[in-house]
Formats: sequence, C-alpha cells, structure tokens
Amino acid sequence: MNKPIDKEAIAQRAADLVLEDRVHKDLYSDPDIFEEELDKVFNNTWVWVAHESEVSGKNNYKTAKIGRQPVIVVRERKGGINVLLNRCRHRGATVCEGNAGKTKAFTCPYHGWGYGLDGSLRALPKPEEYENLMDKSEFGLVKLRHESYQGMIFATLSDDIEPLEDFLGGAKKWIDLFMKQGAGYPLKTLGEQRFRFPGNWKIQLENTTDAYHFPIVHKSFLSSMDETSAEIFDFLDGDGFVEDLGNGHSVMVMIPELVDLEEKLDDPIPERFADLATELAAEGHSDEEVRRLVRAVGGSGFNLNLFPNISFSMAFFRNLVPISAQETEIHHIAIGGEGAPDAYNQKRMRLHEHFQGPMGFGTPDDGEAWERVQRGSMAGDDGWIMVNRGMSRMKTSADGNPQGAVCSETGMRAAYQQYKKQMAS
Amino acid sequence: MTINNQLFNQVSEFLSTEADMLDHREYQDWLKLWQPDGVYIVPVDVNADDYKNTLNVAYDDEHMRQLRVERLEGGEAVSTAVAMPTVRSISALRIVSASDDEVTVRCSYMLYENKEGDLRPYPAKAEFVLVPNSDSFLLKKKLVKLMRASQYLATISYIF
Repeated sequence: MNKPIDKEAIAQRAADLVLEDRVHKDLYSDPDIFEEELDKVFNNTWVWVAHESEVSGKNNYKTAKIGRQPVIVVRERKGGINVLLNRCRHRGATVCEGNAGKTKAFTCPYHGWGYGLDGSLRALPKPEEYENLMDKSEFGLVKLRHESYQGMIFATLSDDIEPLEDFLGGAKKWIDLFMKQGAGYPLKTLGEQRFRFPGNWKIQLENTTDAYHFPIVHKSFLSSMDETSAEIFDFLDGDGFVEDLGNGHSVMVMIPELVDLEEKLDDPIPERFADLATELAAEGHSDEEVRRLVRAVGGSGFNLNLFPNISFSMAFFRNLVPISAQETEIHHIAIGGEGAPDAYNQKRMRLHEHFQGPMGFGTPDDGEAWERVQRGSMAGDDGWIMVNRGMSRMKTSADGNPQGAVCSETGMRAAYQQYKKQMAS
Repeated sequence: MTINNQLFNQVSEFLSTEADMLDHREYQDWLKLWQPDGVYIVPVDVNADDYKNTLNVAYDDEHMRQLRVERLEGGEAVSTAVAMPTVRSISALRIVSASDDEVTVRCSYMLYENKEGDLRPYPAKAEFVLVPNSDSFLLKKKLVKLMRASQYLATISYIF
C-alpha cells in the first residue's frame, strides 16, 4: 500500500522554505508543493479573472482560470456579470470553449444539458429518467463569489474570505492612479498576447517587482529608443521606490514623474510622441485634449503587483496562469480608452508590441532570464534563492508602509510572506 | 485553363529566397526586399481584418523592421545570444490574385526552431503581397498566421 500523502505536511514544508531574506529552490520545482499551492493559494484568495470591458456587451463571455480550474465570466442580458465554474453538473465536461465570444446559453456538448447565463439548469434531454432523483434548481453551474474594483473583476472559491476592497487595501490608491491611462475615457482592454515559459509561476511574480534587472536584461530595448526616452527608463539612480502594500501586494515606482497622469499636463511633448501629437492636432483635437492623451499614452511610471495573479505593469495588465510546477502561461493584456481617438489606441497597441509579448523587444529577454533561473536553481545542495536586497535600508513610506529602494527586493519579500501565510494556514 | 508558369516560378523563387535569408540571418539583405511602406504582421487574431486597429504579436513598419534587425544583430539581447538557426519550408503555394501592380500569394509556412535541444514546430499560413520590381519583387505585406497564435506561443528570437 502506498502511504497516504500528507498534504498539510507538504504545505507546511513549503511555508517553512520561505525565510525573511531567502526562499528555497524547491518552491520552483516540487510538483507536490505546486499541487498544494493551487489549493492553499489560488483556491483561497481573490483571483483576478477579467476586466469588465472584456465582457462589455450583453451575452459576452470570456474563459479564465482560478489556479487550474476553468471558469466562465459572462455578462447577462440584463447587464449583470456572473462567474461560473466551467463544468457541467452531469458528467463534468466543460460547457464553454475558446478565449471569448458571445452566447445566449451554455450547452454541454456531451449530453445536451442547457444552462442559462446565470448558470441555472434550463433543460436536458429525456428528463423523465430523473423523476424523483434530482431537483433541477440544485444542478446549475456553480456560481462563484465575485467582486469588482475599478472594473477589475476578481472571483474566489472561498465564501469566508474578506471583501475584495479589504483584500486590496493599500493597493486601491495605485489602481485608481493606474486607471488614468484611459486619458479621460473609460479604460478598456485592447487584446492580449499569450505565451508560456518553462518555469515556475513565482519566478514571473517576482519579475514584475524587480527593477534591478531592467538595465541589464532590457539593454537591447533601451538601445531601440531615442536618447531622451532611454534616459527616462534609466531609473535605478532616481527617486523611485518599492512599497509593501500588505496582503502580498506591492508597488514599484520607477518613474515618479509619471505616477499621476493627470498632473504635469503642461510639460513639453516628449520626442517619441511628437508624431502622435501632430496627428491628434491635425484631427482637430484641442491642445488640452492632445496633451492629456500624450501624457497618458506611454503608461504609468509604476508596476503594481497584486498577489497572486495580476499585475498592473506600467501600460498593460500581466495575468499569470500556473500550468505546472515548471510551466507558466502569461497573458499580456493591452489597454486603451473606450471612445478615445483611434490614433491613441493604435499608438498604445504599437508601444505594447514593441516591448511586450513573444516577439517584443523586452519579453523574450525576460523569458530567457526566467528559464535560466528555473534551470540554474537546480544546481548545488544549498538551494537558497536570495531576496534580501535593500533589507538593511528600509524606510517607512508616507502611507506608513515598509519602503525600500526602487531596485530593492521589497515587493518579492511582500509576496513571499503572503505566500508563507497562506501555505501555513 | 491557363497556368502562368513563369509567374509561379518567379514567386516561388522569391519566397524561397526570402525564407533562406531569414534562416541564415541575412537580415540586412532581407530589409532590402521591402517596399518602404510595407508591413510585416504576425497577428494574435488570425481572423482579424484590420490589423492596424488590432493588437498583434508583431506589426512592423519600416522603422520597426529596422529596429528589430538591430536588436537581433546587436548582441545586447540575451535571448538572441543562444538562438540557433531556424529551418523553414514553404509549400501549397497559391497565387490568389495577380495584376501588373501586385501579386497576392498564400502558402503553408513551416518553421522549426531548436531551443537548446527542444525542437519547436511553428506551422502557419502565410500571405504575401508582392510588387513587381524589374525582374523580381518587393514585399508590400507579409502576414504570418501561426496556428497557435491565439492560444499561446513561446518567446521568439528570430523573424517568422
């Protein structure tokens, strides 16, 4: 007989592998720990599933995942949004495939059970064989608890965790700032690029709060920019910082001048956006409107990293999806303004393609570094990964949070302490 | 039914040359195959019809093609430092339309990448718009519709 797997012991071991200043390589590669992470981390917190603009019209849906569990985010005819487990209540088949689309109902392809967009079981073939066996009202698609903040929809499998706004806490202020990228228009998503890398999801989680790598890994991206813009991205000696916002969230301010996009509207138009300004002015937009659009087009000067699966990364959303201990899927979601001039949204998409995604000038180099962490971390019998950078020089921020230098590993430590807490729970 | 063998052969030769240049990373020569207003597109949504107003994997005008080549050749990008040559083949070549001004051709486009021993196939349907130029062509459009584009890719350190 095989010994029963002691799941609690595995989760506790993972928690013990997070110290204040270092984490152990087994957290990147142990498949047993990965299984426990799905349960302890992803199934027990608020997980981002969609931005409202992704399901903007009635009957629109998108598919997503909470950990490894497939879910559907759908807008009903009357406008309400539901998050449903994508699993037929009969024999378990998914009832919805594809990344996104429009439908009036979800019909299981196996035996034809039909569900409404609210998840209710509406009809099934030959119902008489369930006589006295089943109450249809109890066999709808499982509806998940979900809440939104600034159009960002989060869902959870847990009915007893805190309200979303309490979970976001200190991150809300930064979400509010980030959403100014609509440049006076409601923020909307403009499509996404998806790619996978052979490495653990936490390597990616760390990266979004890692400014230290930028001038090294992204040298070729910086070389592809004009001199003034490259100087703006040379931020390690600037006044930026990383702040621990609680609950595993952190913000990394790289370019302080670009924190609030509604300020500094009278600053000179940056060289790299001169063409855009000319084009917008030629279309008849007022000087004020042109300045507002140009100010917002390149994105915000910070990365907000929310634990565990979504980041607001300068000009886009980064959503990570754990596939296995050693494989992760990344979605880079472009954003723009609903109703904004075409030239504005086009410029945002082109800027996104320049850095982001499988053929961007930034992402492939990040991916190479992550793959090497996954491979190299296997070496030796020590096995500790250091996250202690900046620990001896911490300050308290204006909001009363722990704050380190822009290239400190403050955000990684914040995420790992939340990880430790959930794994030990 | 008339088959314009001469045009077919010219198109075939041009596309083979283009593919071979990219496999051998003769990027400076590749840049010369383009019209200045040409666009190179690798879409996310292969069913899109307005790529300018759609997010793509790559949407390169002349400036971006130049920057992309500089990045691939510059030696600063860690992902390009270890990249091995690609192997691509073209088949099912079909001339969709042809006039004196331009020729639109579709084909199956198969690229193999060797990522440190992990052989990765990238099947695609490609569409080229070619503009006759003396005894050959210039590229007005190259559109590479990867089979996996809307699901997921890996990071790419070459030009499709």
